[in-house]
Amino acid sequence: MPTSGRGGWRGRGRVAAGTLGATLLGVLLWEGYKAVGDPDGTMLFGVRLLPRADDAAMPHVAEILGRFADPELAGGEPVGMVVLRAAAFTLRGVAVGFAVAVLVGALLAVLMQRFRVAERGLLPYVVLSQTVPLIALAPVIAGWGGQFSIGSRPWQPWMSVAVIATYLAFFPIAVGLLRGLQSPAPIAEELMRSYAAGWWRTLVKLRLPAARPYLFPALRLAGAAAVVGAVVGEISTGTRGGIGRLVVEYAREATTDPAKVYTALLGAALLGLVVAGAVGLAELLLSPRRRASTR
Amino acid sequence: METGAVTDPAPAGAVTDRAPDAVTDPAEGEAVVDRAAEAVIDRVMPSTGGVIPKGRAGRAASASTASGRPVEPGPAVELAGVAKVFNAGRPDEVTALDGVDLTVGRGEFVSLIGPSGCGKSTLLRLVADLVPPTGGTVRVADRSARQARRDLAYGIAFQQAGLLDWRTVARNVELPLELRGLSRRDRQGKAREMLELVGLADFAGHYPDQLSGGMQQRVAIARALAVDPPLLLMDEPFGALDEMTRERLQDELLRICARKGTSALFVTHSIPEAVYLSDRVVVMSARPGRIVEIVGVELGERTEATRQSAAFFAGITRVREALRGTPARSAPPAGADQAAAGAPA
Repeated sequence: MPTSGRGGWRGRGRVAAGTLGATLLGVLLWEGYKAVGDPDGTMLFGVRLLPRADDAAMPHVAEILGRFADPELAGGEPVGMVVLRAAAFTLRGVAVGFAVAVLVGALLAVLMQRFRVAERGLLPYVVLSQTVPLIALAPVIAGWGGQFSIGSRPWQPWMSVAVIATYLAFFPIAVGLLRGLQSPAPIAEELMRSYAAGWWRTLVKLRLPAARPYLFPALRLAGAAAVVGAVVGEISTGTRGGIGRLVVEYAREATTDPAKVYTALLGAALLGLVVAGAVGLAELLLSPRRRASTR
Repeated sequence: METGAVTDPAPAGAVTDRAPDAVTDPAEGEAVVDRAAEAVIDRVMPSTGGVIPKGRAGRAASASTASGRPVEPGPAVELAGVAKVFNAGRPDEVTALDGVDLTVGRGEFVSLIGPSGCGKSTLLRLVADLVPPTGGTVRVADRSARQARRDLAYGIAFQQAGLLDWRTVARNVELPLELRGLSRRDRQGKAREMLELVGLADFAGHYPDQLSGGMQQRVAIARALAVDPPLLLMDEPFGALDEMTRERLQDELLRICARKGTSALFVTHSIPEAVYLSDRVVVMSARPGRIVEIVGVELGERTEATRQSAAFFAGITRVREALRGTPARSAPPAGADQAAAGAPA
């Protein structure tokens, strides 16, 4: 087994260096284009191919980072705090939405694996569900949510956001896990049958472990989808307090304070990183092989 | 892989087209524990050292005394008028087996040999209750094949190893023991013992993809033997092995079967292998798969000398004649037999 895989210290250092390098490259590209690009955008035959490079459209990186420390409004909290708080608010919707999506997606996948009829009947609808425009769906979900209450607690707006995140995120899990559950070779299935292992034990001992390589890429996709779903959900349901709202609010000030909207966008990116990190951690913990190699 | 050729129900959509009943029995695997307990008690006895006892009566007797299990009446496997038609009523209908009668006695070693497409693998799968017959009856140890499978009455090894690649070698061997509810310590002990038997003790912590094909196959054989099954079903298990390993494992297999009184149904393409291992060699013909002849082999105890003995070569000749359907002109040295094989039978 290669000892210098992603689990080793050397490998981890390489990953960190790569991340840093990619970030630096991004900054260099940004600033480089700003330096050489036409402030009015690069035009070709009357079509703008590249964006404006002036300070209103592309503020300096240092300016964006500096904006985090400045107060949001005169005498208010620093923007960094506001963005962090908004990200934390949205993270709740993302996390709950993602968790429910894992549950729903896994149930659907297991159901579709277990019953061919379910696969034939459900899969088209699962695919179809993703073609419904989210913008159209969000107000409907918010409207429905208003009529529910969980026990004595009334329905909260962030729950609508979580539902929208779920709606986007369950799809890659259902499809990816279904493929994984169907991945064992016929000979392995026959072997389990010869051991008189029933459906459940075949699922636990054979199908789920076999599905692991399919599951984690699906979870990464689902995590990204949950973030997008939550942000877009906040915007389209008009939910206050989250990063989606912040993006809209700051975008309105783009002409006077162009760096501000980028802080909100970086906040949304941070959410994505947190979710990707959580999935990566789960993969690390649930992969017996990597554990064995570091032993 | 003749079954592969005939079982494909429809080439299009074959990937998703799984047998729906393959894993549909939620209540299965309950009556496991007492047999598992037997397996633990049934420890391996000291090696017999070079000489492998052969002969049904002796082995059956040793089986009853060694395990303390009462010798159940009736044969290990009983097939009566068994037929298997794939895709019945469709244009691609294939009669894989037709009118097969076969009995495997307790402690008996029976090989199935025949050309590709003669249904020998299908026959094995019928006994294992992995596919249902379309005609006739299959009984295993006085039970229906289905009941025998549920009672874990057999161990099985296929042509491909079929190891689970996320489990270490040892944990692969432990899998059937795990499903029988053995404790971790018993499982690990048994797995170690079985891996020593196939000469892979040093590889217990490796993963299957770190092993050669032959080594993987030996792990699969260790896995099949780990449960001390009263019946072994093997589908060309040694096909991928080199000659040295193959002969060593043949001897080990015979030794284990002799020690435990295990009955065996063994599919092979190799005539010498069939003759060396078997009490009887079942010769089959293709399309439809039928039993042409059953050749009894009387070689007594297998020793190093057996592979060079005249009786061994005589057995090979008889099986070859049965396969060809015509008597060979003379006892064949290796060269003559190549020439004869070229001539139309």
